[in-house]
Amino acid sequence: MSSQPQSEQSRSESPLWQQIQPGGIGVNPGSTDRVQTGDWRTEVPVVDFERCTHCMICWVDCPDASFEVANAKLIGVDLKHCKGCGICAQVCPVKCIEMVPDSAENRETQPSNGASSESAK
Amino acid sequence: MTTTQKQAQKPSSGIKLPPPQAINGGEAVAYAMRQINPEVVAAYPITPQTFIIEKFSEFVADGIVGTEYINVESEHAAMSACVGATAAGGRAQTATSGPGLALMYEMLWVASGMRLPIVMHLCSRSFSAPLNILCDHSDVMGMRESSWPMLIGASPQEAYDQAVVMPTIAENKQVLLPSANVLDGFTVTHSVERVEVLPDEVVKEFTGEYEPDIWALEPGSTATFGTLDANDYYFEHKRQQVEAMKNSLEVVRTQLNAVGELTGRPMNLVEEYLLDDAEVALVVLGSSEGMVRAAVDEARAEGIKVGMLRIRLFRPFPVDDVRKALEGIGAVGVLDRAIAFGTPGNALMQDLATSTRTMPDRPLLMDFVYGLGGRATPKQLFRQAVDEVFKMNESRVEPDEPAYLGLK
Repeated sequence: MSSQPQSEQSRSESPLWQQIQPGGIGVNPGSTDRVQTGDWRTEVPVVDFERCTHCMICWVDCPDASFEVANAKLIGVDLKHCKGCGICAQVCPVKCIEMVPDSAENRETQPSNGASSESAK
Repeated sequence: MTTTQKQAQKPSSGIKLPPPQAINGGEAVAYAMRQINPEVVAAYPITPQTFIIEKFSEFVADGIVGTEYINVESEHAAMSACVGATAAGGRAQTATSGPGLALMYEMLWVASGMRLPIVMHLCSRSFSAPLNILCDHSDVMGMRESSWPMLIGASPQEAYDQAVVMPTIAENKQVLLPSANVLDGFTVTHSVERVEVLPDEVVKEFTGEYEPDIWALEPGSTATFGTLDANDYYFEHKRQQVEAMKNSLEVVRTQLNAVGELTGRPMNLVEEYLLDDAEVALVVLGSSEGMVRAAVDEARAEGIKVGMLRIRLFRPFPVDDVRKALEGIGAVGVLDRAIAFGTPGNALMQDLATSTRTMPDRPLLMDFVYGLGGRATPKQLFRQAVDEVFKMNESRVEPDEPAYLGLK
């Protein structure tokens, strides 16, 4: 690939029109990781880890890759990217994911508040 | 008789040409597509583009080309398939006409915005309603701001010559824009003429392979195509397209010269006829050139110093070439084959007015609408236009409204 990958630094300096990748092609993977996209949901998933079997069906079906996993275990939800679509609650075979109204209080009930970006890895 | 036929000479390259063929414009384009052998062709049938895809799918069915032909459910899907194929790393082409182009419209902008060098053969056709399958330039004008370089040919021979040159324009690294080869519906697509073709290997060498820098199916590629670009960088990407369109002008010139050397048929951004000593001129697009030329000849025989300018490269509009060609001309009749409803001038008129506005002795301009929905425009009508432009040159008064040639 001959395109020039941009460094974090040059990105933060607002490159000029001559300096950006033509066609809006995202050259480096995972760029959405840096962008807050989960800011218009009305509901938020709350996982009951007491009952979670770590089957990972929510992780597979989540359209935004918002389930955080470590050591083959579900550990939380990345709320920086979660849109609150509720697919996870629908597909969960043990029904341990509940969609509740999005509020600061409800967000705090999650093990992760989206600060971590491990879900992309 | 067209410019190219008159100027035909032995190719300076000394290539031994296959025997000329008697084929129509659509088949001529399909012939070039076979020689170029794109990875993907996706198209939906529509008149008068018919011959291109019928002939090309025959080549595919007979195994003569290695192209993947994708049967799609609409023109929107045809252009979408070309977008996907080109992003994946292949060379893709399509062909369409009038309403098909309209259905494609969203994807025209996606293709140019994603900087994917798709080649489209556009066989010009009027827009419904009322239903009309015949030629005018409503569709051509409908895509004129979509950041596609557009070449408009005047004969089956030019349709072939331009088809050969198109990929080399679109894929040039300074351009990287989808590009359109426009041929007039029926008058070019369905007219059987003598067409000289290049040998397959010459076309293959001339067009080479599509070699993208970034492509989705490259092993290990991490590229994402069709990304979100809201209010933070959309503006900047459009500014880049302005530059790419500018760059394409000289690329088109160079590539037309290059293919002209192979064929012995020179092609220019604009084609001039008897302009050197002309006092007045007509400006035209596409296949009406032949009839305009006949009207010019007739007027010349009566002592009227008139010439003709045909614009081949319609986008980017070759402002400098047009200004140079019209230098010293007192009055110009602009022949528009489409109406830009509600605008202060039809499309070609707008381009001419904008291009000439800063000339020290700019020519007076007069707009003529002609040939809508395939209406035949015989020589007398263009002759009438010459006379009216001549009168305007004497009165030095420009009309506010366009004239309608051949309107009942």
